[in-house]
Amino acid sequence: MTQQMTETKPSHSEMPYVRIDHVTKRFGSFEAVNQVSLDIEKGEIFCLLGGSGCGKTTLLRMLAGFEEPTEGAIYIDGVDVTSVPPYERPVNMMFQSYALFPHMTVAQNVAFGLRQDGVSKSDALLKVREMLAMVQLEGYESRKPHQLSGGQRQRVALARALVKRPKLLLLDEPLGALDKKLRERTQFELVNLQEKLGVTFVIVTHDQEEAMTLASRLGVMQSGKILQVGSPTDIYEFPNSRYVADFIGSVNLFDGQLTVDEPDHCLIHCEALGLEVHIDHGVSSAPDALVTVALRPEKIRLSREQPAQVENCVQGWVTGVAYLGDSTRFLIQLDNGTQVQVTRPNIDRHDEHLAADERVWAFWEGNSPVVVAR
Amino acid sequence: MWNAIQAIRRRLTTQVGRKAVIGIPYGWLLIFFLVPFLIVLKISFSNVVLAMPPVEPILTWGRDQVLQIRVNLSNYTFVFGDRLYVAAFVNSLRVAAVSTLLALLIGYPMAYGIARAQGAWRNILFLLVSLPFFTSFLLRVYAWIGLLGRGGPVNAILMHLGLIQEPIQLLQTDFAVYLGMVYSYLPFMVLPLYSAIEKLDLTLLEAAADLGCRPSKAFFAVTLPLTREGILAGCLLVFIPAVGEYVIPALLGGPDTLMIGRVVWDEFFANRDWPVASALAIVLLLILSVFVLLLQKVQAGEEEPS
Repeated sequence: MTQQMTETKPSHSEMPYVRIDHVTKRFGSFEAVNQVSLDIEKGEIFCLLGGSGCGKTTLLRMLAGFEEPTEGAIYIDGVDVTSVPPYERPVNMMFQSYALFPHMTVAQNVAFGLRQDGVSKSDALLKVREMLAMVQLEGYESRKPHQLSGGQRQRVALARALVKRPKLLLLDEPLGALDKKLRERTQFELVNLQEKLGVTFVIVTHDQEEAMTLASRLGVMQSGKILQVGSPTDIYEFPNSRYVADFIGSVNLFDGQLTVDEPDHCLIHCEALGLEVHIDHGVSSAPDALVTVALRPEKIRLSREQPAQVENCVQGWVTGVAYLGDSTRFLIQLDNGTQVQVTRPNIDRHDEHLAADERVWAFWEGNSPVVVAR
Repeated sequence: MWNAIQAIRRRLTTQVGRKAVIGIPYGWLLIFFLVPFLIVLKISFSNVVLAMPPVEPILTWGRDQVLQIRVNLSNYTFVFGDRLYVAAFVNSLRVAAVSTLLALLIGYPMAYGIARAQGAWRNILFLLVSLPFFTSFLLRVYAWIGLLGRGGPVNAILMHLGLIQEPIQLLQTDFAVYLGMVYSYLPFMVLPLYSAIEKLDLTLLEAAADLGCRPSKAFFAVTLPLTREGILAGCLLVFIPAVGEYVIPALLGGPDTLMIGRVVWDEFFANRDWPVASALAIVLLLILSVFVLLLQKVQAGEEEPS
């Protein structure tokens, strides 16, 4: 294996900061990670997003060194670390459970990594103080983990992982154990801290909101493979597959068949909507291709009166109304029985809201839907 | 309404249940431990007489309906004044301490291996540790007499390997006593260690490795301190019975293996001096109590650092 790695070491100098090169991990006959290749740039916050069992945690553990790839190689800052044990890697991890040492104080926990590197007690203490100040935990040095709240423990774990200034910080569901209010605050603090220290972050999460707010780029994983890599906007607005469209955010998916495909527009016949969906760009696909139209609920508008536009207009009954404060979610049942989800922002306080059992028109722009393979 | 009744009922049953759960074993201990202890304590303040039982009663009714209580402390002064008894105590503590240490050194890797073994293997190994309990303790100690004897298999193997020319004296030595002690009490060391190691969160070891700690160092920095309670429990479970052990030194030890269990036996049955034997038993109990209290204090002190 080592032999093979020295051979595959790329000669060009433009090597990305972290390179995952055709990595596969098998546990027995189960393939947890399947031929994944991924480049991560220095100073990025990269998010691996996927449902449970998609292989994201295994990939993270291979970056940390807890698992060795069955095939492929991992380079960090140009160095092949594929078989380097975790205690020799310039990588630190913030564990999902935080994994704070219960028998040590906060200061001892944070100093642990420094002490392993032979940093003197007094120097370590200075660095610990500085780090604890950065995560707003001054004065907690002599507390034990069990005397801290969940949010405070999360900060200790972060401080412990960052104090050695690793080349790469791995975060396993970093906000998973915090309540909603705290998560929102911590999200921004985490990003600020990352910008301040310039450490490259790789975050694993199943929570798309966490991924969207934290990441500069994210990779969506399923069944051991990376389906799409891109900025949060790319992934949300231009999903490349039915799975990605469905996984990120809410979406209405309508199966259809391509009937017209010109460079400036295309038409897709959707049985479920009872109309030809008009899309104002071509998809350069095979004629009569079977495709899926993905339409985000917030991109659909509702009106009691018939809208001016002729295309992309359907009529139905309001069957469900869920008031969420900032927005309202409607369930519209078309006359042929198809259910359509629509989300409308509550901009005007005194709006006369649509109510259940009202007859409405639902309509959208020609650039709103995304066409993905079935 | 119904919910309120339910809540009250639940509360009552949990309260009653809780008291019963705690109360029954405590009642058992009270009757079968505290009462005999008090009887022994009473005898230790008494005098020897030629009667059955061979002790003078402490409480007697005098002629004029006067209750006489005679507390005789001479047994205790005798016990502390006699070199033999002091030596027996010291020797017992030493043998028990060495046996405990040996059991810990052997038991920790065993417990670690069992706790880290895969599913089915773990059960098998666990069963093997408790297998000796299926046979009588006495029989197992007797078996060692056969194994260690001059014509026994241990000598035979050593001679076959050419390590010794003729059979050596294994029985009735301190070696045999330590062997018997460690052999007999090892399961009591392994079981609490196992449950402590098994509870240890493996992510903590990953965290240690992640922070640059080699596995060998992580054992001392993380595993050992976090399994301390199991170590203390195991050591107490071995040390306490080992101090007062009678059967093993009697069967495997030599005539000069002086241990307090044998001395107490001799006082009771050979000398029929129940008061001195009782005083010895009380002193032993006090010594062990001091150990337990010290350990508890150490434990409590570590738990709540100021």
